[in-house]
Amino acid sequence: MENNMSITGDVPASLSIPQKAATFVGIAGLFILVLAGLNTNFPNKTVWLSISLSAITVGIIWFSKATYANKHEGIKNDGVWFKAISNRGYLAWISGILLTGFYIVLYFYPEYLGLVEKGDNTGLIVFFDPLSKLLSGGPASQWFVYGTLYTIAILAFGIKFIWKYRHNRYERLRTISVMFFQTAFAFLIPEFMARLNSDSFSLPYSDLKSIWPLNYYNFDQYRVDEYISAGNIGIALLLFGIASIFIITPILTYKYGKRWYCSWVCGCGGLAETAGDPFRHLSDKRQSAWKIERWVVHSVVVFVVLMTTAVVYSYLGDSSKGYWLTRDVFLIGVALLLTAIFTLVMVFKRNEFKKDARYGAIGYMAIILALIAFHYLSGKNLFLFDAYQLRSFYGFLIGSIFSGVIGTGFYPIFGNRVWCRFGCPMAAILGFQQRLFSKFRITTNGGQCISCGNCSTYCEMGIDVRAYAQKGENIVRSSCVGCGICAAVCPRGVLKLENDSMKGRINSKEVLLGNDVDLLDLLNQKQ
Amino acid sequence: MEHIVIIGNGISGITAARHIRKNSDKRITVISAESEHFFSRTALMYVYMGHMKWEHLKPYEDWFWEKNRIELKKEWVESVDFDNKTLHFSSKQSMNYDKLILATGSIHNKFGWEGQELKGVQGLVTKQDLELLEENTKNCKKAVIIGGGLIGVELAEMLLTRNIQVTFLIREEGFWSGILPQKNADLISKHITSHGVEIKHRTELDKIVGDKEGNVRSIVTKTGEEIECELVGLCAGVHPNVDFLRNTALEIDKGILVNSFLQTNIKDVYAIGDCVQQRQPIGQRKSIEAVWYTGRMMGETVAQTLTGNKREYNPGHWFNSAKFFDIEYQTYGWVFNKPKESETHFHWVHQDNKKFLTISYDTISNKFLGINTFGIRMRHEKFDTWLSDERSVGYVISHLKEANFDPEFYKRYEASIFDKFQKEYQVSV
Repeated sequence: MENNMSITGDVPASLSIPQKAATFVGIAGLFILVLAGLNTNFPNKTVWLSISLSAITVGIIWFSKATYANKHEGIKNDGVWFKAISNRGYLAWISGILLTGFYIVLYFYPEYLGLVEKGDNTGLIVFFDPLSKLLSGGPASQWFVYGTLYTIAILAFGIKFIWKYRHNRYERLRTISVMFFQTAFAFLIPEFMARLNSDSFSLPYSDLKSIWPLNYYNFDQYRVDEYISAGNIGIALLLFGIASIFIITPILTYKYGKRWYCSWVCGCGGLAETAGDPFRHLSDKRQSAWKIERWVVHSVVVFVVLMTTAVVYSYLGDSSKGYWLTRDVFLIGVALLLTAIFTLVMVFKRNEFKKDARYGAIGYMAIILALIAFHYLSGKNLFLFDAYQLRSFYGFLIGSIFSGVIGTGFYPIFGNRVWCRFGCPMAAILGFQQRLFSKFRITTNGGQCISCGNCSTYCEMGIDVRAYAQKGENIVRSSCVGCGICAAVCPRGVLKLENDSMKGRINSKEVLLGNDVDLLDLLNQKQ
Repeated sequence: MEHIVIIGNGISGITAARHIRKNSDKRITVISAESEHFFSRTALMYVYMGHMKWEHLKPYEDWFWEKNRIELKKEWVESVDFDNKTLHFSSKQSMNYDKLILATGSIHNKFGWEGQELKGVQGLVTKQDLELLEENTKNCKKAVIIGGGLIGVELAEMLLTRNIQVTFLIREEGFWSGILPQKNADLISKHITSHGVEIKHRTELDKIVGDKEGNVRSIVTKTGEEIECELVGLCAGVHPNVDFLRNTALEIDKGILVNSFLQTNIKDVYAIGDCVQQRQPIGQRKSIEAVWYTGRMMGETVAQTLTGNKREYNPGHWFNSAKFFDIEYQTYGWVFNKPKESETHFHWVHQDNKKFLTISYDTISNKFLGINTFGIRMRHEKFDTWLSDERSVGYVISHLKEANFDPEFYKRYEASIFDKFQKEYQVSV
């Protein structure tokens, strides 16, 4: 039955001739990179690098044109569940394995990309030298190669996305925004900033939009030292990093929900929304997946808080060094801040927590405070482990494996937002605020829902949107990144992302609008 | 414990079951031969088009039913013995009930055309119809759809995604013009045509011609034109699925006759949804309403009655929605295809012909009566309030901005609508 419905004889699953040609051009571009990786000696690196990157870009854009340009504006999901690339078929597995392999090499075996410990790089990395020298003046690193390809992916697939959703201004603007922030903030500005560095002046590599805790290393000792020694600019950047967490983020999240970051600014989100868009429907919508999500993502938050606290603590001095920010002040400050947030939430928002969330919050709070107390009483390492051991463990497990290898490598299998949903501590913190203290919601349009399931199917975060819509209830979920696709694919105009007053934001209903007015009043008030 | 049995697991039956469970501990059994679990019938098309898989059509996960103690039984009810309160299944088993809710839905119309039983002739209502369509469209190149309504346009959209050429026979002058004002119908017809569907207006089916193997070969119209095809979609409306109940004590006309409490003429037997015919039509509603929303509302209502809070079925203001290829349609209040006496229609059309609306109002009192909106989403709640408050058309047009439900950053058309209204009618707004 399932087979009968998904693999039918007449589905136009094969590519048109222009699509095939475009695919060929793009793959040819990638092939040049593979050759470079195999240490092929290209006579003129600048020319060949340009040819390669242009071919990749042109291939993707041409493919998009061939796919969408001659079609009516509107939703373009025909055959999504029939195609091998988007229905976990052989193409999905091949691309998943290749992507995963690339990430493993990038993170753990960069020597295969041409990284040479002492001496000049070779292979793929040195192939990117012309571009790197043009931008920063220095030679390329494996991260520069990655950053370049990442940016090209967001730009080229961003154009594809815009073409696909050209009837939808929200989607267009949002995509232009992620394309801009990736190109300017994540790619160009840090490279240009590197030009400012000299023997006496050095700034750490800074992507200004990458905020702690997504940027978990922002307060590592070497970075903070560099910031401080770089004088006013450095201090300003450091303060901006802190203000981003404690001032800018809460204000924007209150006004617009976490979407201002996750689907308008963030680089991970940017890739997920562009290159990852063909896989958004693969997210797991089961309630059991939601349960796992809540435990995993909040555990990552706890982990990153502990890790960062331990790292900062480890390089702070005691009162003898003359800084006001001593180890004790810092640790007590962290404990007070966490306690304050915990208390406020438990006092004012207690009723909005499900039972397991309440237990989780209390449990984690108790563990953190106990660990701090234990440190004072026993004098052991803060949080039992050496700070830099914690730091490198986090970097390995969360920073590399989770966000890279699984998060992106498995796009074609698990969907495009696995990292954002299960692993990103930034998304969890923003989501926590979005759920409890934000004007953002997805409004359900009265009784118009027909339970068709398009919204749930195409939710990349695995939210069962329909479960709310068919009850006439607004969607207020911490994981929602505000991509707006549920509202776009809805065939009956039932969903709208909007910022409105906090009052009546969560509006569970017994009977839907359209039925007997008296019955509505009776039952909905009884609740 | 009282045993409530519901025949039919569509939106009506399932809504009733859920609400009975919410308000009581009664034993609930839902019987269906169509599918194991409740699914969204309105979304069948998306499975065929590859937007969704079958599992996505199910609004509740499979564990939901057991957890809520709603027993599901996959059986075909052959007959009902009302005297002994017993159902007889095709499997020869039977089941007793204390209260029975009939929610048997609709089946597609066949008007006795010659050749209507040929292989390759089908409707599109059930899960089995969808499976049959997969079967019938293997190696299919050309299809003819009979009947310019909601299912017909869905079927056309579905077939186009499989590169099947579609000819659409519409009896009237425009698409769905029995319901839509001609100006709306024309624009929708135009939009359907722009997708590559060949529409033949004012054309009726005479007969369907088969080959030696009993497969469809072509159709012939009443004007004698023959059109070759391998598939014929019968989409000329639906009627209540009540044949197995005829010739019993149950009173049936076109549908199962019910009073305002959704009770049939037999004690402890209720009927809801598409299979129902109201003895007294409610307001301007038709006595048979085969609409998702009305099925749901009847389910909500009958559940109250069966759990000790006896309620009349008294739906609020009319609303409905659909999507015609890329154009979304919503309606609130009443806009009839031809304005009744003392009603006036105001039309506004955007230059792209994909956004337009028609507002109906009372010519004398200027009271707002209803709106058809195409390509612009509007707020249900706002219009519901305006209809209850009996706002004037001028009020509605000058406050239209508040009702807009389009996504953020979309272009807005309230000013243009307002201007046209003022120019045409000189009504003081």
